[in-house]
Amino acid sequence: MKTANIFSALAVAIMLTAGGGVAAQNATEVDAEKELERYRAMINDPMANPGYLAVDRGEALWELKRGTKNVSLQGCDLGEGPGKLEGAYARLPRYFKDADRVMDLEQRLLWCMEHQQGLDTADVIKRRFSGPGRASDMEDLVAFIANKSNGMKFEPQLKHPKEQEVAAAGEAMFFRRSAIMDFSCATCHAEEGKRIRLQGLPELFKPGEQARQTMGSWPTYRVSQSALRTMQHRLWDCYRQMRMPVPEYASDGITALTMYLTKSAAGGEINVPSIKR
Amino acid sequence: MKSKLCIAALLVAFTSLPAFAQQSAKIDPAVVERYVKSAFPKVPEGWQSRVDQDETQRVCTQYHNEPPKAEFDKILAREKAAVVYPADGKVIGNWKEGQKVAQNGRGGQFSDPPGTVSGGNCYGCHQLSGTEVSFGTLGPSLRSYGKDRKFDPAEAKLTYAKIYNSNSVLPCSNMPRFGYHKVLTEQQIKDAVAYLFDPESPVNK
Ligand code: HEC
Ligand code: HEC
Repeated sequence: MKTANIFSALAVAIMLTAGGGVAAQNATEVDAEKELERYRAMINDPMANPGYLAVDRGEALWELKRGTKNVSLQGCDLGEGPGKLEGAYARLPRYFKDADRVMDLEQRLLWCMEHQQGLDTADVIKRRFSGPGRASDMEDLVAFIANKSNGMKFEPQLKHPKEQEVAAAGEAMFFRRSAIMDFSCATCHAEEGKRIRLQGLPELFKPGEQARQTMGSWPTYRVSQSALRTMQHRLWDCYRQMRMPVPEYASDGITALTMYLTKSAAGGEINVPSIKR
Repeated sequence: MKSKLCIAALLVAFTSLPAFAQQSAKIDPAVVERYVKSAFPKVPEGWQSRVDQDETQRVCTQYHNEPPKAEFDKILAREKAAVVYPADGKVIGNWKEGQKVAQNGRGGQFSDPPGTVSGGNCYGCHQLSGTEVSFGTLGPSLRSYGKDRKFDPAEAKLTYAKIYNSNSVLPCSNMPRFGYHKVLTEQQIKDAVAYLFDPESPVNK
């Protein structure tokens, strides 16, 4: 009941933000932002954050037997040992010996699906981002697993030479300018207090509170999209703004960026799923 | 007391500079390109040039937008030569159309339907009209831009070049090269110049 009320209030706030049109949105947008702020505070209650529905669905998927081997994901090693979830997200991406590769959570889950469950992941990858009437196993699993690191701090894994290479590649990609707008990540995220239109841009290129808070709040429930979103989706969206082609899901390049951002977020506390505009 | 204040101000100035140079990890550019390629393995026809860098993008990346003098001069010369001025010499179009260019942030994204008209999204980064409060701050305010320059035609021509190719004025500028990349047409750039230089434009009111 309480939940339903909050949802409809949120819907109004979203309509305010979305309905502004091109030129005339100003006052409305500022108001909508204030409203959202208010509802954000209200739904700090985990029971009312729709992101927690994804956590529940993710738990069921984690236990679901499927694939040619008809086993669950419970034997999947996310770095802490088979089936160990506590703290796994705080130490990803990391090097996995069995795959001889540095992987983020989403890459690792796909690996376990393919190698341990014998699952054809084509359909899972097709549904990598949820849409109206189309749930995403990956979003739900990430919400469930990342949530198991709540209250813990990011400990970027940088001892293995491959981990070091991935972090360095991610840093280079962060500053790499390209495409028809000449943008790099640094164009929008290298200085504190800057904004595009009215959207504040976090400074992400160096260790600091903004990087810690940003990374510690993903995955997040995006109110404007009515969906739980992971870092893969955020970077997909930023590359879209950069006028680049669609980035490959769960690719080494995206993991490199995530590793670099996680490095900047070292020591940041995880509290997810959060809720954002 | 006063000198303490000065030192404090200096400290603020220094710490607020984006301190890029500090922390770059060493990595072979060829390895970086492998990672880039892994992120963009399937590129639609005509889009590969967006993934690959041109010489200016490459050098600006290498020096984190602060190229040494020799490289700076090379970029300046190359980008100046790449500016194409209108054949009739007229750089000022229609400010009302220019306002649309300034407001519109669409175009060129993989999610855009074919035929989407591209904008310059000037408001994404600049303050322009006094009544528009939804503006970004990645670039300087352009309030009263033409008025402050006494509507001087020579200044308008410089501004045409700036919008056509920001790097022809300031190498490694964070502002896109709108004409060079054909994001905006010649007419749209003229209209954007009018938005800045027409006395009737809200930018100058
Ligand atoms: C043209 C501008 C632009 C570029 C370039 C850009 N971003 Fe973003 N980024 C944004 C905007 C706008 C947001 C959303 C901020 C908000 O929701 O308030 C954002 C959000 C983010 C967030 C989440 C912030 C949060 O508080 O949750 C991350 C992480 C991020 N970007 C990383 C990157 C990376 C890595 C790149 C390069 C691959 C990049 N961005 C390139 C504009 C950009
Ligand atoms: C992604 C950010 C961005 C966008 C979009 C952008 N600019 Fe800029 N612009 C900048 C930055 C940063 C500077 C300051 C550095 C420089 O001069 O190159 C600048 C500088 C300028 C200047 C020179 C200001 C001076 O000091 O004399 C003009 C004129 C200008 N921009 C006009 C425009 C117009 C018109 C558009 C849209 C068609 C536009 N800009 C879009 C970032 C941007």
